[in-house]
Amino acid sequence: MPFSDEVRARLDADADQIISRYPRSRSALLSLLHLVQAEEGYVSKDGAAYCADRLGLSETEVAGVVSYYSMYRRRPGGDYNVGVCTNTLCAIMGGDQILASLSEHLGVGPDETTPDGMVTLQHVECNAACDYAPVVMVNWEFYDNMTPDSARGLVDELRAGEKPVPSRGPARLCTWREAARVLAGFPDGQAGDGPAAGPATLAGLMLARENGWTAPEPAAKGDPAGSGQ
Amino acid sequence: MTATLTPVLTAHWDDPDAFRLDAYRRAGGYQALAKALATPPDDIIAMVKESGLRGRGGAGFPTGVKWGFIPQGDGKPHYLVVNADESEPGTCKDIPLMLATPHLLVEGAVIAAYAIRAEHAFIYVRGEVLHVVRRVQQAVAEAYQAGYLGRDILGSGYDLELTVHAGAGAYECGEETALLTSLEGYRGLPRLKPPFPAVAGLYACPTVVNNVESIASVPSIVANGGRWFAGLGTEKSKGYGIFSLSGHVTKPGQYEAPLGITLRELLDLAGGVRAGHRLKFWTPGGSSTPIFTDEHLDVPMDFESTAAAGSMLGTRALQIFDETTCVVRAVLRWNQFYEHESCGKCTPCREGTFWMTLLLDGLERGEGNEEDLEKLLDICDNMNGRVFCPLGDGAISPVVSSIKYFRDEFLEHHKRGGCPFDPAAATLFGDAQ
Repeated sequence: MPFSDEVRARLDADADQIISRYPRSRSALLSLLHLVQAEEGYVSKDGAAYCADRLGLSETEVAGVVSYYSMYRRRPGGDYNVGVCTNTLCAIMGGDQILASLSEHLGVGPDETTPDGMVTLQHVECNAACDYAPVVMVNWEFYDNMTPDSARGLVDELRAGEKPVPSRGPARLCTWREAARVLAGFPDGQAGDGPAAGPATLAGLMLARENGWTAPEPAAKGDPAGSGQ
Repeated sequence: MTATLTPVLTAHWDDPDAFRLDAYRRAGGYQALAKALATPPDDIIAMVKESGLRGRGGAGFPTGVKWGFIPQGDGKPHYLVVNADESEPGTCKDIPLMLATPHLLVEGAVIAAYAIRAEHAFIYVRGEVLHVVRRVQQAVAEAYQAGYLGRDILGSGYDLELTVHAGAGAYECGEETALLTSLEGYRGLPRLKPPFPAVAGLYACPTVVNNVESIASVPSIVANGGRWFAGLGTEKSKGYGIFSLSGHVTKPGQYEAPLGITLRELLDLAGGVRAGHRLKFWTPGGSSTPIFTDEHLDVPMDFESTAAAGSMLGTRALQIFDETTCVVRAVLRWNQFYEHESCGKCTPCREGTFWMTLLLDGLERGEGNEEDLEKLLDICDNMNGRVFCPLGDGAISPVVSSIKYFRDEFLEHHKRGGCPFDPAAATLFGDAQ
């Protein structure tokens, strides 16, 4: 069913803002898809048609883009997308065991959703947190150094309606739709939450501090090019 | 002599407020921008050339030379696009950098855009890292408010718009031409080079695409001088860089050191391989760089030495695997990743990664034989250099290098009719769960 006038008016205001960020309107397509995903939880046929209409594209052109990118859901899913990294390093550090354990615990396979509509289980590729392996991502927030036990506890909390705090993220975990809205470029005011850096991030810096190691000072003033060490 | 660390990019990461504008300014932030805007743009390019900074995203192309390729006075808009789509397996340096000090990236981006005379810059940030997206969005908003972005920056007459663009999940978009295609609103497929982005990039206009760490290195170069930066590192691989240690190591994490440091030195700093175990194999720069073994502990981690030893410096993503790890399982998993992420444009990569998964899967289950190894090497030979982008070349790296160093281990699977390793022994939590 196409969007109601009220929804359409709200989307139009946001879409205008997104399109204005780019020199050419088609560049706004990825952000617009995040926007319609925030509205419905996935990119529906109506959502894709809306994007096509706003950018003067055919629905087929938009469908081709949607199917290329793994973050767009093409059917409804859970409020919480639980992604277990099973790329080589995380898999070997325990990601394979975590995914198997969650699948058994939840009774759903990868890319399936629990009957209560709370959790969609996924395996994800390397999420650039290898120094915290094994890693689980919930709605693209980091849960570091997980075990099968802690991962089962995490999904139990999610299904009980709690919001477990990410290792390096906001105080309040977003739902899937709220996360998509941030990705569309509409901040949720939580950027100031959480640490600047986690413990592994600081491993080298802490060692340098303990030993008094610093980068060499630049040459004295008056030598604009600097003379090295 | 013991190697030491040189925190520059990472120097303020332990400030709990490091990501905020006031904390960044307290640490001297945006002073390099003021200096840059009082300097002719060509002098900034010359300074970055003098520094010897080479691209930190893996390819290692000299950054200043790339900037110098942008034609000037051509009447076309110029663009700067920051590649913040960090996705190479093992690579985990740009994400913590943007989480801790997003203003370092913003300041570098404004200086770089000024140098190449761009009026619009983009930060293409990976979508699957929501809190990083928030931090970069906030830093850009703060920079606009403080007059570091927008019209007449710091009264210099220079105008710059900076757009934060969140990706949507595609490893391929880390390749610069695919990233540009994606930023134009299409499926992220790579383009044939030439023309290079410096001539025909975003919207077919002159464009510089630089990695996050490259751009974040620019403020320190402008502040301290090109020769200061060039005084660190080795003769041809100058400066410092972030080395990311992960896997079977006592203290995984980020270690910023001059290029040329060795794995032996880095392991020494990181407390060694996890207790009771020994090094088996490692990647010097992500999964797309051929693996090394314990024979390579003393290879200097610079562009030339890693290449001479048969691999690449890549992104300095050192994934450490000890003797509990099955190399066949590791390589199969990497190959499945490349198969999943292959965009499908080039037949050798699309078909090659598919067939290699079948062969490696059989080998891991003990159903493969020596002929399959030859077939794998033949497929790799057919992919090598016959694709538009480095994804296909990267996919063959773990396969070829693992067969080179661990042929017997592949065959052992066949002899035993299965994998001789216990996966539980390799995990962080052991058999406990």
